[in-house]
Amino acid sequence: MSEPTEFTLAEAREAVRAKKISSVELTKAFSAAVEAGRPLNAFVTETPELALKMAQDSDARIAKGEARALEGLPLAIKDLFCTKGVKTTAGSNILGNFMPPYESTVTQNLWNAGAVMLGKTNMDEFAMGSSNETSAFKPAINPWRAVGSNQDLVPGGSSGGSASAVSAHMCLAATGTDTGGSIRQPAAVAGIVGLKPTYGRCSRWGIVAFASSLDQAGPMTRTVRDAAILLKHMASADDKDSTSVDVPVPDYEAGLETGVKGLRVGIPKEYRIDGAPPEIDALWHKGAEWLKAQGAELIDVSLPHTKYALPAYYIVAPAEASSNLARYDGVRYGHRAKGARDIVDLYEKSRAEGFGAEVKRRILIGTFVLSAGYQDAYYVHAQRVRSLILRDFEQAFEKADVLLTPATPGPAFGIGAKTDDPISMYLNDVFTVTVNLAGLPGLAVPAGLTADGLPLGLQIIGKAFDEATVLRAGRSVEQAANFTARPSTWWRVA
Amino acid sequence: MRVNGKLLKGATGDWEIVIGMEVHAQVLSNAKLFSGAATAFGAEPNAQVSFVDAAMPGMLPVINKKCVEQAVRTGLGLKAKINLRSVFDRKNYFYPDLPAGYQISQYKSPIVGEGEVIVDLANGESVKVGIERLHLEQDAAKSLHDQHPEHSFVDLNRSGVALMEIVSKPDMRSSEEAAAYLKKLRAIVRYLGTCDGNMDEGSMRADVNVSVRRPGAALGTRCEIKNVNSMRFVAQAIEYEARRQIGVIEEGGTITQETRLFDAKAGETRPMRNKEEAHDYRYFPDPDLLPLVLDPGFVDAIAAALPELPDEKKARFMSEGLSAYDASVLVAEKEAADYFEAMVAEGVEPKACANWLNNEYFGRLNKAGLSIADGPVTASQNSAIVQMVASGVINGKIAKDLLDIVWAEGGEPREIVEKRGLKQVTDTSDIEKAVDAVIAANPDKVSEAKAKPKLAGWFVGQVMKSTGGKANPQAVNAIVKDRLGIAEEG
Repeated sequence: MSEPTEFTLAEAREAVRAKKISSVELTKAFSAAVEAGRPLNAFVTETPELALKMAQDSDARIAKGEARALEGLPLAIKDLFCTKGVKTTAGSNILGNFMPPYESTVTQNLWNAGAVMLGKTNMDEFAMGSSNETSAFKPAINPWRAVGSNQDLVPGGSSGGSASAVSAHMCLAATGTDTGGSIRQPAAVAGIVGLKPTYGRCSRWGIVAFASSLDQAGPMTRTVRDAAILLKHMASADDKDSTSVDVPVPDYEAGLETGVKGLRVGIPKEYRIDGAPPEIDALWHKGAEWLKAQGAELIDVSLPHTKYALPAYYIVAPAEASSNLARYDGVRYGHRAKGARDIVDLYEKSRAEGFGAEVKRRILIGTFVLSAGYQDAYYVHAQRVRSLILRDFEQAFEKADVLLTPATPGPAFGIGAKTDDPISMYLNDVFTVTVNLAGLPGLAVPAGLTADGLPLGLQIIGKAFDEATVLRAGRSVEQAANFTARPSTWWRVA
Repeated sequence: MRVNGKLLKGATGDWEIVIGMEVHAQVLSNAKLFSGAATAFGAEPNAQVSFVDAAMPGMLPVINKKCVEQAVRTGLGLKAKINLRSVFDRKNYFYPDLPAGYQISQYKSPIVGEGEVIVDLANGESVKVGIERLHLEQDAAKSLHDQHPEHSFVDLNRSGVALMEIVSKPDMRSSEEAAAYLKKLRAIVRYLGTCDGNMDEGSMRADVNVSVRRPGAALGTRCEIKNVNSMRFVAQAIEYEARRQIGVIEEGGTITQETRLFDAKAGETRPMRNKEEAHDYRYFPDPDLLPLVLDPGFVDAIAAALPELPDEKKARFMSEGLSAYDASVLVAEKEAADYFEAMVAEGVEPKACANWLNNEYFGRLNKAGLSIADGPVTASQNSAIVQMVASGVINGKIAKDLLDIVWAEGGEPREIVEKRGLKQVTDTSDIEKAVDAVIAANPDKVSEAKAKPKLAGWFVGQVMKSTGGKANPQAVNAIVKDRLGIAEEG
């Protein structure tokens, strides 16, 4: 038997079902990998004891022949999902000791399917960031390094801890959330698969809110099949989330291998941007050729309002965030400043101490764009742009079944390289935010390496609630790319 | 047209008061607007709080269908336009009694649009007051400042309870009209069962907008008087505020638009303590909630099941023979109308029933400070009394005595009449005997009465006395006159 941490989610599922390995053995191997991977700082909270207990319960069920779909399979959970009795920080000091008395719908769905929790992964504070560097608990680090370099690279963000943990085989798979690219961008720069489902596919109940109209949970895995498996058990219509949508959740694995013959793949010309490294364009072109070679039809499409997406996103998301984060006031839970004179002083001190710089920046932006006298020029205008972007996609999808784009404008960058330049940091999401603004599903698939040996990804964008086709196209890219490169295990404590 | 008996006299001439009202009515519903937590009044602090109400991380609001139904029902009762699409917005501000840092309300697209309320005044006049809108919103929690020397406490029980904010047009011209409007609004929501209207428990609260102007001039600058929590205070606050504004203007000053609080003890309004910064509520559509879209069938079903409202009830009562005044008094309180109808259902003649209730029973309740629900006499008991009067079993005087007995001791009125021998004496020979006895005993009065026929009343009184009040007064009157040789009038 090979090393258990080498399993994909699908392989581990078969091995556990066939009793080739117990959940306890599998879980212990991953808990050991989590410990060995501490230099990557991928986890904010490790829960090995809880994991062991869950694994024992799973083994008992398997023994009784009552195994469920994800029975005994160890996962990492982004620290934005509230987990009952397990500290949930959202990467922020203001929730540094917050212990939720409830379980998010998505994680509850996973536990109901038998999955095991290894711990909570690091992330940008309140999911605001593209490098994990805004985390209050130091950034997670990308297991990948440029060839011949010892420089630590960012794992992307905001779901950087999950990306790092999946990439470094510290879990079978992880959950992420994606508001502007927070699943797909870290997946791409860490050489893994990341899927942002259609808005409304997964319940937002129990996920610490960043921007409610954009936030969506999704799987981060090492293969497209694993993403298909995990999404099936994360997704559900939920009475507790008014924006979740009651549509059937199909068996995404079923049609995964049926190929792309006859599939119309749109290539949006606006995703060719000035200043992007030529490698990005080349990989995109290669991806298109791979699909064409498998029988897909390539179609040029236009998404004319793409260039307004990033500015619109940086109005809508901070606006919602400024309101969503008002509840962190030091009154009922979370960080409370000491020695406050009165209530206003308590608010000001608690929030000044509890929030980091990027969160404060976005609260300020959001408060500004909603203020009297500015709301029409910014927020209302951005919402109009948003409808135009949705219309662009609707028109493109009259001609195409899926769209193929680059996932990110570049590979992982060095820790600290962009922290002083928020605009260049925000540009990381240039290919992903449009999908959130339109509420569509988007999948990042690892597709190649830069000359420096760093992973790059391609993105498949689909029609609303058509994750099945997105995954099928992604599987074809995955097959053609045959992405087998691995980072060295430099981080392992000898 | 309005009669202008409502103008206020100032030192420099007449002034007209212009009043509009924003009434917050707590929706009658077991659960809150966006959470399943209970809404009962008087629970232990923080006993009725869900994770949503406490604004825990990741919690989401889910609209309570019952509250929507109640808002639509109220809208229909106000003869208002129901908006099939409405939007919930966030009103953002920081305060400890607002856990999320925003209140979910409806700003640009309320669930109910324009409507109207017919307000009946004491002089019999009716005034039409326009409704601008009705929207649903969350109530805030309660800060407690008297529990600890250094800290304030927060009770989240009320946090998230559903309120209907009912905004009138500036159509009222006197404190009387304003009080009558509030009274009518309260009657309507109570008839509809959409709000209990308990002002002393805070389930109905009024903010009053007052301005003054020269008759016929453009609208003046208004001041908003917050949380006026009784009918009486509404009138007092308006009177004070209008006088204050007239005083300011007549002394050459101008009115600044501001929010003022009514101090019930001092009987005056005062500007609210100046907030450090002006509020910018940054309203925007709540992204956790989709626009509220109503099916026309949902609205139609509520409309079809709407109860009879005060105006229609009043019209029906009048068609059944009641005077406008009696009908108004009866429909003003749903309980009064229900009580009246219960008696009519037992066969009591409506006019006699209304007279009995308005002149006798409700008066006694008022004097005793009792509500109809707390009153000691049931509709059945009162029915029995009024029916016995109608059929001549007892006379009106005995009826009042009987009501006193039933009030104090309870019991079945017919049995009491039977047992205590209160039946009216209608046998003429018995009455004749009693009359003859009084005449025989008072020869001097007989001659006086023959000269001055009005004195016949004295004989009637004596006979009633000697028969213990049970004689039929009409019969006694007729026999006395006959015996004294006084002609019957008419």
